[in-house]
Amino acid sequence: MKMTQFIVQGYPAYAYTGGRPFDPGLPTVVFVHGAAFDHSVWQWQSRYLAHHGRSVLAVDLPAHGRSPGALRESIEQWAEWLAAFIDAAGLAKPALVGHSMGSLIVLATALADPRRISRLALVGTAAPMPVNDAFIEAARDDPAAGLRMEAVWGHARNVQLASSAVPGSSLLDATGRLNQRAKSGALLAALKACSAYSAPLEKVRALELPVLVVAGKRDQMTQFKAGKGLAAEIPGAKFAALDAGHSMMSEAPRELLRVLREFLL
Amino acid sequence: MAHSGPKTPHPDTLAVHAGQSPDPATGARAVPIYQTASFVFPDTDTAAALFNMETPGHVYSRLSNPTVAVFEERMAALEGGAGAIATASGQAALHLAIVTLMGQGGHLVASSSLYGGSHNLLAYTMPRFGITTTFVPSRDPKAWRAAVRPETRLLFGETVGNPSVDVLDLPTIAALAREHRIPFLVDATVTTPALGRSLDEGADLVMHSATKYLSGHGIVIGGVLIDGGRFDWVGSGKFPTLTEPYEGFHGMVFAEESTATAFLLRARREGLRDFGACMAPMTAFHILQGLETLPLRMARHVENAAKVAAFLASQPAVERVHHPDLASHPEHALARRLYPRGCSAILSFELKGARDAGRRFIEALTLFSHLANIGDAKSLVIHPATTTHFRMDDAALAAAGITSGTVRLSIGLEHPDDLLEDLARGLRAAMK
Repeated sequence: MKMTQFIVQGYPAYAYTGGRPFDPGLPTVVFVHGAAFDHSVWQWQSRYLAHHGRSVLAVDLPAHGRSPGALRESIEQWAEWLAAFIDAAGLAKPALVGHSMGSLIVLATALADPRRISRLALVGTAAPMPVNDAFIEAARDDPAAGLRMEAVWGHARNVQLASSAVPGSSLLDATGRLNQRAKSGALLAALKACSAYSAPLEKVRALELPVLVVAGKRDQMTQFKAGKGLAAEIPGAKFAALDAGHSMMSEAPRELLRVLREFLL
Repeated sequence: MAHSGPKTPHPDTLAVHAGQSPDPATGARAVPIYQTASFVFPDTDTAAALFNMETPGHVYSRLSNPTVAVFEERMAALEGGAGAIATASGQAALHLAIVTLMGQGGHLVASSSLYGGSHNLLAYTMPRFGITTTFVPSRDPKAWRAAVRPETRLLFGETVGNPSVDVLDLPTIAALAREHRIPFLVDATVTTPALGRSLDEGADLVMHSATKYLSGHGIVIGGVLIDGGRFDWVGSGKFPTLTEPYEGFHGMVFAEESTATAFLLRARREGLRDFGACMAPMTAFHILQGLETLPLRMARHVENAAKVAAFLASQPAVERVHHPDLASHPEHALARRLYPRGCSAILSFELKGARDAGRRFIEALTLFSHLANIGDAKSLVIHPATTTHFRMDDAALAAAGITSGTVRLSIGLEHPDDLLEDLARGLRAAMK
């Protein structure tokens, strides 16, 4: 199957389509990954939806995975890119699903113009999303240590000492290897952007969209209570708690798919 | 400013716990043996999703099984890999790696000092399927480099050669592999992750005969293949099995489906599915019992081996001893660097008097078992030229560092004094 990409802000932008050709005639779900990741984090959610009546575009953000281009310095800039991506793909009111930094990107995209979006799912989220100084310093001064923090804190504590939901996978090391593939500086740029982003509370409270917030009870990266608190600020938002750490897509793939399915289909 | 980062469990803890949660159905603390061929689908939608890889889970035990998955995940954690696939034997793991990466016209460069079974596969069997191998002296980086061709798709060697006990310079061969954008597969059976992690030294893929130290008690046949998850299949451009649509799975592009674990996806979804050399749940259970004590056992194995090597080196009946702990070993310094906790409980030596002396030596031993295996709790002895490597011609034997007088020992967990006493008895017989 031909690789799917669009020209966005002058650069090719790759998107995984879940094993089926992209069909602009179907309702579309756009998945946005987090810091130093790529589309493949959505493997166990996007492929299902693509085979159940939705078109799926799981993007590689610029300078991630197969998409070239420059890293952005703020969540607002990433959101501008995502809005341009939606235009380039010709999407009419897609549903947006974002994880971690990706959750802020889809939130900022929706806040900028909610009329363009049909539904919004925020996975492993917090707004604000403060990042501790040691993490940012490590990403700046010792990238390998920063990536290690990203992988370890990106899962439930001692995730290696439990059965993986994906048979045969070592979730911590698989995530770590994906992080290590990220362009130099991607993690630092992402952490600084997340830390600096301030969602305008009045707009959050006025958001008139179906919104789902999914939080991991054992999340070490974005605290469970922060996700729950954000859901409480958004009128009518649904909230789902999963028994997982921050990487719910692989730590609890079936459970995350269940709540996304109920929300999106 | 250095950052130590968050803590993760130590290898000793991983060996006991990694990949296992108490059984969700019963609360069983030990790993249950899921002795079943198939798994019931809760509904038709889930069944279709499982078949189409839309959701993870178990379908049929040739593809995956909960008991086997614990072993796979534990090995991946111990080696620092992205994931693992358990196989019916170490041979099956090597075969799975090769056929996942290449087809007709593919070429490997491999160390000439390989386990005899691996040599058979590469030298005699794979050529029937259009896959050829150039064997090179493991200690000669120039020979490795000279043997790489445009169609080379894999470099392969053993951490510690068997029976020549040569120590492969992993960082050097890994650098060559990176330069040519081809992966480096390492057979780490002799060292195990308890002594060193090959992925940390630059290997891309690691395999084991789990029959040996991982199991540790000589009771099962099994293997495992671990993917480090680092190799850039797309950037290499040499691996269409991973980067181009696969008609055998609805046009799936494995490197698109999973950036870090594309190799494992194809190996499981094609290799296990079609060749079928999977591990049985009972086998995985047995190996898991061994794995729990792997770090403890390996420490004792190498401690005993060092004592045996020193003893043999001092004996007049012995011409030469091959063991990395000895200063006379060509890779003594390399072994200390790559394996600071000890390198090998396998050693070989040359008896004065050649073949007949070897026969008298082996037959006089009472504690060592004369058999074709290594990595048992029990100490083992064999004469490679007439057994494990008997299909090799004289040139191949010489390339593998084997003479007609070579005796190989696999040092077990007995008290070292008892081992030395038995060996002294054998040497007295050899001298007669």
